[in-house]
Amino acid sequence: MSVDKEFQKKLRKAERLAYVAGVLFLIAGIGAGFLLVDPTYIRFQKKHVAIELEEDRIENGIHVRTGLIDAKGLMTVVTNCTNCHSAKLVTQNRMNAERWNATIKWMQETQNLWELGRNQKVIVEYLVTNYPQKEKGRREHLMNINWYELEN
Amino acid sequence: MDRRKFITKTALSSLATLIGAEIVFGTNILHDYQPVALQDPDPFKLFKKDSEMVVLNDKPWNIEARAHLLDDKITPNKHMFIRNNGLIPEAIDVKNWTLVIDGESVVHQKTYTLSELKSKFKHHTYQLTLECGGNGRSEFNPPAKGNQWTIGAVSCATWTGVRLRDVLEDAGIKDSAVYIGYHSADTHLSRDPKKEPISRGAPMIKALQDETLLAFKMNGKNIPLAHGHPLRLVAGGWPASVSGKWIERISIRNKVHDGAKMTGTAYRVPCNPVAPGTIVSDKEMCIIESMPVKSLITFPKSGAIIHKKEVLKIRGHAWAGELEVSSMETSIDFGASWQKCLLEKPVNRLAWQHFSANIPFPKKGYYEVWARATDANNKTQPMVLPGWNPKGYLNNACHRIAIKVT
Repeated sequence: MSVDKEFQKKLRKAERLAYVAGVLFLIAGIGAGFLLVDPTYIRFQKKHVAIELEEDRIENGIHVRTGLIDAKGLMTVVTNCTNCHSAKLVTQNRMNAERWNATIKWMQETQNLWELGRNQKVIVEYLVTNYPQKEKGRREHLMNINWYELEN
Repeated sequence: MDRRKFITKTALSSLATLIGAEIVFGTNILHDYQPVALQDPDPFKLFKKDSEMVVLNDKPWNIEARAHLLDDKITPNKHMFIRNNGLIPEAIDVKNWTLVIDGESVVHQKTYTLSELKSKFKHHTYQLTLECGGNGRSEFNPPAKGNQWTIGAVSCATWTGVRLRDVLEDAGIKDSAVYIGYHSADTHLSRDPKKEPISRGAPMIKALQDETLLAFKMNGKNIPLAHGHPLRLVAGGWPASVSGKWIERISIRNKVHDGAKMTGTAYRVPCNPVAPGTIVSDKEMCIIESMPVKSLITFPKSGAIIHKKEVLKIRGHAWAGELEVSSMETSIDFGASWQKCLLEKPVNRLAWQHFSANIPFPKKGYYEVWARATDANNKTQPMVLPGWNPKGYLNNACHRIAIKVT
């Protein structure tokens, strides 16, 4: 008899456990359902997901958020060179490797730029390859003229 | 930290200033809500700029005009270039704003509130030319480092304020005084509170000029935030970086001021001319003082097509740093011949001067109208790029516009 009683006790315990597990599973299921329908449901995730998708979108070979050309080394440049200043300051400039390295040194000495380690070579190579210098001479032709009839 | 949340948090306080209106129920704004003005920062709306202005950089903000936008005799805010080295101050407390005068060569260190400055000293208004030292940088070859300004980093607005001289003399200037240096409320790009984005100045002789102002008004109104509200140093004719914005402190120094962007290669050119591309050591670089003679054709906009029978009416402005412009000429044959323009006197010293001319064309075809100003020392604008320098300053080469005669 006592063995039977013991068995009954264990059975009830197992039932309770199964019940709790079931409830927990249901809650998790509902939560997962919400996330499936709308992944931005959890506030914590809202920005994370939105920013991640937005940040690294490439359109027509251009990294949309920064305007940088999509090429080897892009994300190293994005991560290291667009925290303090806009990428526009990078893309406006045309320098050779020597001058970019000098600029990086100046930023490290005076502007709180961190050590770049092996990334420095990746960054400089990306810049001189994708934003090469152009020979402009002593004075360029007037370019991109938008012609219009002048009303006198 | 989440970038957007951080921007929202820090910018909400100054948002009212930026959008020019108080945010009603601002304290009730939800934690997560980003006001429209910050969701998609449209610089043209944010700074009330003409949509034809050109954004060179959005962190820090650097925006320039185009020649035809500068046609007004007095530059309105909407056509005034913005040059920032750091981040615009996020909270301006006008009521508690103070100006400290200190330094090795001050007799009594003094602190003034804005209302004390305004009530204690006589007000003066001048129209003053402010040109960025790097205006025209984009043309240098090999390219120079920095924002690639074309021709639009110049303005000439009216500035109202008190003379810096009156304030410095009130605090007392020791005989040892050599230079003044300003300190401002803007934030370094790295957000390091120990770093100043820019802290420049001028020798005493410039600081003590009649026209050197501590200004609180631009074109008769409070200075717009991007241009230095509530207090700006204005030193016309010198690189505009001397005209510090959001001024909180001015030090009377017993040596050349050594603040941020005073040393190294910033706002300096080689003391002796160098060949293009030369690497110049810091000690061979000298501080820029007065800006060189220069001019802009502001009407018509480049690209005008006119009929052979018509005479082209052109106009524009000319300026020459500390000096007056003595003559103004145009050429339609690439400098083979020059014709004099009508040139007005400046409304006051250090204000730009207006010129105009009627130009006939001998036959149909493509022309360029080149403009050339000459200063009181008989120095003329070069047609080609002036001396190359590592940072691409002082490009005063002739401005030109394209014209087609049909």
